[in-house]
Amino acid sequence: MKSAVIVFPGSNCDRDMAVALREVTGQPPLMVWHRETELPEGIDLVALPGGFSYGDYLRSGAMAARSPVMGAVRQAAERGASVLGICNGFQILTEAGLLPGALMRNSTISFVCRDVPLKVENSQTAFTSRYQAGEEIVIPVAHHDGNYQADDETLERLEGEGRVVFRYSHQTNGSAHDIAGIVNEGGNVLGMMPHPERAVEPAHGRLDGRRLFEGILEAIG
Amino acid sequence: MKTRVYVTLKNGVLDPQGKAIHHALEGLEFEGVRDVRQGKLIELDLEEGVSEADVEAMCRKLLANTVIENFRIEHGATQSAEGQRAA
Repeated sequence: MKSAVIVFPGSNCDRDMAVALREVTGQPPLMVWHRETELPEGIDLVALPGGFSYGDYLRSGAMAARSPVMGAVRQAAERGASVLGICNGFQILTEAGLLPGALMRNSTISFVCRDVPLKVENSQTAFTSRYQAGEEIVIPVAHHDGNYQADDETLERLEGEGRVVFRYSHQTNGSAHDIAGIVNEGGNVLGMMPHPERAVEPAHGRLDGRRLFEGILEAIG
Repeated sequence: MKTRVYVTLKNGVLDPQGKAIHHALEGLEFEGVRDVRQGKLIELDLEEGVSEADVEAMCRKLLANTVIENFRIEHGATQSAEGQRAA
């Protein structure tokens, strides 16, 4: 599996993502600067890491979503490559229109930084095949703008099509339907606020994120 | 030419920051505030020849997220907000 991690100015989970990918797939990902207009040939997985691209100025993810590399990320998504956006990466995917809805300020206004229980709602995606549907896992969150909002029609469609992949077991940030992660129509683009890359090795204290990367590896080979 | 872009949350979109400001105003014992909504004011200093359509494209492409926000363009503002208040 050939993977790439996109690095934006202000990304701070890019190296954690690289370590997780290397740990699970045995191959280090290529680190791709946001000014690039093309991705290296044959990339199977593009990861948009967490962090605070452009200092969260204007809106979280807004400027990163318009950076040169995003055209190539969009093309990769269109040809069926897997795209994984974690935290700020999820915000970037919604701002880029690759996923519906928007991530707004947490309803409590507080930055939320803790381990949270999540329910795996759909284990039929390339990202979640190593989980059981309905299983509860624990993954850390660390965000200020994780309050997922979309209009009723979009929410209904996401629910009806099984595209809500992860749901908070308890209210965490005010998200509509307690949505923590969604996939696009094709199922190859996942955006989620929790950080699976922070739960992949024993030193992290939790391993529940590891299976997400194992699932991707299994799906792609 | 100065052009102002006002970006506001659409009706019905929850505004936690507006709510916090409202709460703080109540804490300061200001009465009669029914609701508070927070938005953004973006001032653009434009060269001659930039059309309204260009500014609208800027709004749609970057300045506002039309999933959750509305925008309003105000042309020809020549004074700063402070200046207007003083005048």
